[in-house]
Amino acid sequence: MARNASVQTKVGFTVLAWAVALLLFSPILWTIVTAFKTEAEAIATPPTFLPLTFTLDNFGDVQDRSDYIKHAWNSILVSVGSTLLGLVIAIPAAWSMAFAPTKRTKDILMWMLSTKMMPAVGVLIPIYLIFRDLRLLDTVHGLTIIMTLINLPIIIWMLYTYFKEIPVDILEAARMDGAELWNEIVHVLVPMAIPGIASTLLLNVILAWNEAFWTITLTSGRAGTLTAFISSFSSPQGLFLAKLSAASLLAIAPILLLGWFSQKQLVRGLTFGAVK
Amino acid sequence: MGSITLEHVNKSFGEVEIIPDISLEIEDGEFVVFVGPSGCGKSTLLRLIAGLEDTTSGHIKLDGEDVTGAPPARRGLAMVFQSYALYPHMSVRDNIAFPLKMAKMPQAEIDKKVEYAARTLNLGSYLDRRPRALSGGQRQRVAIGRAIVREPKAFLFDEPLSNLDAALRVNMRLEITELHQQLKTTMIYVTHDQVEAMTMADRIVVLNAGNVEQFGSPLELYKRPANRFVAGFIGSPKMNFVDGPEAEKHNAHSIGVRPEHFALSTTAGAGQWAGTVNVAEQLGSDTFLHVEVEGLGLMTVRTDGEQTFRHGDKVYLTPAANRIYRFDAAGLALQDKPT
Repeated sequence: MARNASVQTKVGFTVLAWAVALLLFSPILWTIVTAFKTEAEAIATPPTFLPLTFTLDNFGDVQDRSDYIKHAWNSILVSVGSTLLGLVIAIPAAWSMAFAPTKRTKDILMWMLSTKMMPAVGVLIPIYLIFRDLRLLDTVHGLTIIMTLINLPIIIWMLYTYFKEIPVDILEAARMDGAELWNEIVHVLVPMAIPGIASTLLLNVILAWNEAFWTITLTSGRAGTLTAFISSFSSPQGLFLAKLSAASLLAIAPILLLGWFSQKQLVRGLTFGAVK
Repeated sequence: MGSITLEHVNKSFGEVEIIPDISLEIEDGEFVVFVGPSGCGKSTLLRLIAGLEDTTSGHIKLDGEDVTGAPPARRGLAMVFQSYALYPHMSVRDNIAFPLKMAKMPQAEIDKKVEYAARTLNLGSYLDRRPRALSGGQRQRVAIGRAIVREPKAFLFDEPLSNLDAALRVNMRLEITELHQQLKTTMIYVTHDQVEAMTMADRIVVLNAGNVEQFGSPLELYKRPANRFVAGFIGSPKMNFVDGPEAEKHNAHSIGVRPEHFALSTTAGAGQWAGTVNVAEQLGSDTFLHVEVEGLGLMTVRTDGEQTFRHGDKVYLTPAANRIYRFDAAGLALQDKPT
């Protein structure tokens, strides 16, 4: 936009931005209001926007039929666990790529990221067989491992861009001050990269929380997360729109709240290095 | 103790050879300055001694012990960086205490040493501040404090004053010199500023394209430069060089005269070379004249600040006969051969 954009242009862009945002948000908004309607009202024609009779029954039914609490707990374990495990592996990896690069570092980074572009279903059979033989099917730790592996490229890439911004002089000063590698990372690098590590952590919790393909294919009853919960709920209960909406709302609410409160961190994390 | 020996040290980055082959003996307690134009390899040489870079070949010894392959943390050296390289997330106190914590010193002893360093460097009232709340000079003092607390075998300074303003630079220069007199620890100081080199060093290493051009005391370098490069680099303003027939009169390929070694006259004919003042830089105490000498080119001449010169004034120059430096075709000094 031009520096001296006229008032009309600004108003125009603002209205457009709101319209696009509302359009994108409308399905979620519709789900939220429907969750508080009765089943009859949820399928009424013409549809009502706000519930005529406000009810919380749907939420109780969802918990009774599918054990929401257990799935939510699995989601927390898998998303937080895989992110923490990922950070433990990614911090040293990103350190070496940022501060001790070789001729191949850029290629390795690109190759790692390219694995994210591969369709997951392409490796479904080998992964499934490995999981079956190692007795990892339908276990929380198995799911944590696969989630760590699929998000590792992004964690490493994000940390790498953050670490690149840290002046290497400071790490060298630590080495001169007698710090061995472990102390250099723990006492100097990590504290300086806290904002970056926090954004990486948040984004990866969200990514792992939303992951559906592997959670649905590798779990059944015991280790299912909220994405598996929703998919299992939608087929038998698909005709009960209000209950399905309540289940969806329950599944997305925690992450929606986390995203809402940490949006500043997230935007900063995602645009880091792009704008100085 | 802190003697440092370099034996045939070579450093290459891939195909590029930064330091072809350097051997040096730095004695315990000496203040040695590495000086040279940018890209001459002086910082690389310092980083090799620090252990922040690996040598491609050759040996580095500290007090006779070979440390060529040892990591920086094990060498017992302290370094002050151009960028200060303070830990931004730690207070001044924690910054200074960091090397002692790494050495697992008891807390009571750490506190005592930090207090002492803070007193020595006038940092007492800043101990609880973060580095970003300090001025450039204060940050540099913290960096020096962090270096002195661990009582290293030697201090390495990598252009520590180049981010400071001119007045502060002069102050810090004095402080570092005083610190050296007080601690009597070996110091290696890298700079591109020959004034810093001349004023601080016991001995100066003049580097050019990764080679040691000369290693000697400041006055030795000033009075008996080994070659044209050193002659031109040491001394401010720079030495004037003359090639061709005028040099042949002195049996040399080229001759050099320092700006301060001219007799200057405004009386017509009262000098060997006649010229016209191009620019006169008046500093008060001195005046630097840039004189266009007929047939020889532009010369810088130092004179006292009493007389006023203007653009276009005619002047007559006579180089002091015993202060003419002579060089052969390869640029080497011809000091010992008679004129």
